[in-house]
Amino acid sequence: MDIFFIHVFNALLYASVLFLIAGGLSLIYGVMRIVNLAHGSLYAFGAYVTAWVVGQWLAGAPVPVLFLLLPAGAVAAALLGAVLEPTLLRPFYRRAEEYQLLVTFGLLMLLEDLMRFFWGPYPLTATSLFETMGSLTVGGSVYPRYNLLVIVIGVVAAFLLWAFVYKTRFGVVLRATSQDMRRASAMGVNVNRVYVQAFTIGCFMAGLGGAIVVPSQSAVLGMAVDALVLAFVVVVIGGLGSLEGALFGALIVGVVREIGVSMFPEIELAILYLIAVFVLLVRPAGLFGKTA
Amino acid sequence: MSTVPLTWQVRSPAKILPWTVPLILILFILPRALDPYGTILLTYGLLMAIASIGFNLLLGYTGLLSFGHSAYFGVGAYAVALMFKYWHVQSMELFLLGAIIASVVVSALFGFICVRYTRIFFGILTLALSQVLWSLAFKFYEITGGTDGLRVPTPTLLGIAIDPNEDKILFLARNYYYYVLGFFLACVLVMWVIVNSPFGKALQAIRDNEIRAEFIGVHIRKYRFVAFLVSGVFTGIAGALWVVLNGLTTPDILYWPFSGEIVFMSVLGGFRTFTGPIVGAVVFNYLKTYAVGATVYWQALMGAILVFLVLALPAGIVGTLAQVIARLRHRFAR
Repeated sequence: MDIFFIHVFNALLYASVLFLIAGGLSLIYGVMRIVNLAHGSLYAFGAYVTAWVVGQWLAGAPVPVLFLLLPAGAVAAALLGAVLEPTLLRPFYRRAEEYQLLVTFGLLMLLEDLMRFFWGPYPLTATSLFETMGSLTVGGSVYPRYNLLVIVIGVVAAFLLWAFVYKTRFGVVLRATSQDMRRASAMGVNVNRVYVQAFTIGCFMAGLGGAIVVPSQSAVLGMAVDALVLAFVVVVIGGLGSLEGALFGALIVGVVREIGVSMFPEIELAILYLIAVFVLLVRPAGLFGKTA
Repeated sequence: MSTVPLTWQVRSPAKILPWTVPLILILFILPRALDPYGTILLTYGLLMAIASIGFNLLLGYTGLLSFGHSAYFGVGAYAVALMFKYWHVQSMELFLLGAIIASVVVSALFGFICVRYTRIFFGILTLALSQVLWSLAFKFYEITGGTDGLRVPTPTLLGIAIDPNEDKILFLARNYYYYVLGFFLACVLVMWVIVNSPFGKALQAIRDNEIRAEFIGVHIRKYRFVAFLVSGVFTGIAGALWVVLNGLTTPDILYWPFSGEIVFMSVLGGFRTFTGPIVGAVVFNYLKTYAVGATVYWQALMGAILVFLVLALPAGIVGTLAQVIARLRHRFAR
C-alpha cells in the first residue's frame, strides 16, 4: 500500500512541474495564438537562475532565506519574457505560422547557448534545500519531504492561476482578448499590454517550474528541448489554449509516466506521444479545447 | 498566406539549361579542385539538399509545415544500420532499396494520420509521431544501440568494394561523392518533373486555396497523402546516403530539433522557390560546419541567423536574389 502512495506522489510531483510548464505554454497560445518553441528554454532559464542563486551565489545564506529565494528563477524568466515579447514576437502575430515557429526555434537555439555562456556546460544543482527538508516515512518507505512541497506549490499555482483568470478584472480582459482580439481592442482594451502581461505570466510559470525542480534535480543543457515536447504532449491532450486542459493533461501524463516507468520502461515515452497522437485524431482541439 | 511573390518559377527547359548545365559540370569537376575534406563537406550538403527538396514539396508546394521530418531521415538511416546489423548487407543499392521501402511504409502510415489536418495541428502531429520513433530508438538499446547508436561500414558502390589498401576518406571523397551526386541530380530531376506536372500544379492549387481546389475536382486528402509519401521517401533516401557517409547513426537525427534544421535549410534558401531548399541545404551545411569550428556558441550564432532571416529576409537567399534581379530588370527595361 505504501508503494502505491509513493507512486501517486511521484505522479503528482511530475504533474505539478508539467502543469507549470504546459499551463504557461497553453496560456500564451490561448491569448496570442502563437506556439512558442522556446517555452522550454524559459523553464530551463528559471532552473539555471535558481540553481545559481541558491546553489552558488548565496549558498551560504540561512536556509529560510534560500527558500524565499527559490522563486528567483521564476522572476528572472518573467523578466526575460517581458523583454522578448515586444521585441521579437510582436512583429510575427500577423504573419504565417511557419515564421512564428521558426523565430521561436531560433530563439530556442539562442537561449540554449546563452545559458551555456553564463553557467557553463556542467550541470548546476541546489541540493541544500532538498537535503535540509529530509524525508518522511510512508508506511515502510521513505519519501523526500521536498517533493511534497513541489506538489503543494503545483496545486497552489493552479488555484492562483484559476482565481486570476476567472475571478479578477484582469482575467476578464485576458479572456476577452483571447476570444476575440479585434473586438476586445475595439472595446478599449490595450491588446499589446495584455499580450505582454500574458506572455510574462506564462514565462513566470515556466520559470517557476524550473525553479522548483532544481533542488531535487540539476539544471542541465538540453532540459529545454526535453521539457518542450512533454509540454506539447500535455497541451495536445488537454487542448491548446485551455488551462483546465493543461491541468488534466499534466495529470494524465504524470500518471501514465509513473505507470510506464515502473511497468514498461522501454515504451513509456512512446506511449505518451501515441496518446497525444490519438487525442489529436479523435479530438483535434484536445479534451478541453473548443473546436474551432 | 505570405508576401513572397509566387511568380518566380522555372518552367521551360530552354530557359534553365544555360545555367544548370555549367553548374552540373562544376559539381562534376569540383572534387579535383577541393581537398577530400572539402568534398565530403559538399557531399553532406548535397544529400541534405535531397531531404530539403523532399521537405519543401510539403511546405513550399502543398502548404503543410512538417515539424517531424527527422522521422523519415532517421528511418532511412536506421533501416541501413539495421540491415547491416542483422543481415550483414554490404551493398549500397540494397541499402537504398531497404531505406526506400522502410520510408514508404513509415511515411504512408504517418501521412495517413497527418494529412487529415493542416496548419499548426499538422505540425504538432508530425512532431509527436517523429518523437515516437525517437523514443523507440532511444530506449530499445538491444536493437538500436540507444544513445551509442549503430555503426555502418563503407558499403560496396555498384558492386565495387573499397580497396583494402585505399584510404576510406579518399574513397568517400571520390567514389562516394559521385554516387551521391548521381542521386542528387536524379532526385532534383524527379522533383522538378513532379512540381511541374499536373499533380504538382494541383498541390499548389491546394496550397493557395483549398476550397477552390476542391471545387475544381482535386481530391485534396489524396493529393496531400501522395505529396507526404514522396516527401518522406526523398528524406529517407537522404538519411540512407547520410548514414554511410557519417558511419554512425544516433537517436539525435530522430529528435525534433533535427526536424527544425531541415525547416531552417528550406527557409534559408527560400521555400517559395524550387532551387531555394537546395541552396539552403548546401549553405546551411557550410554555415553550421564553420560555426561549430569557430565557436562553442555555434547554436547561438545559428539561432541569431535564423531570427534575422525570418525578420529581414523571409524570402530566403534565392527568393531575395530573384526579387533583386526582377527589380533590376524592371529598372533597365524602362
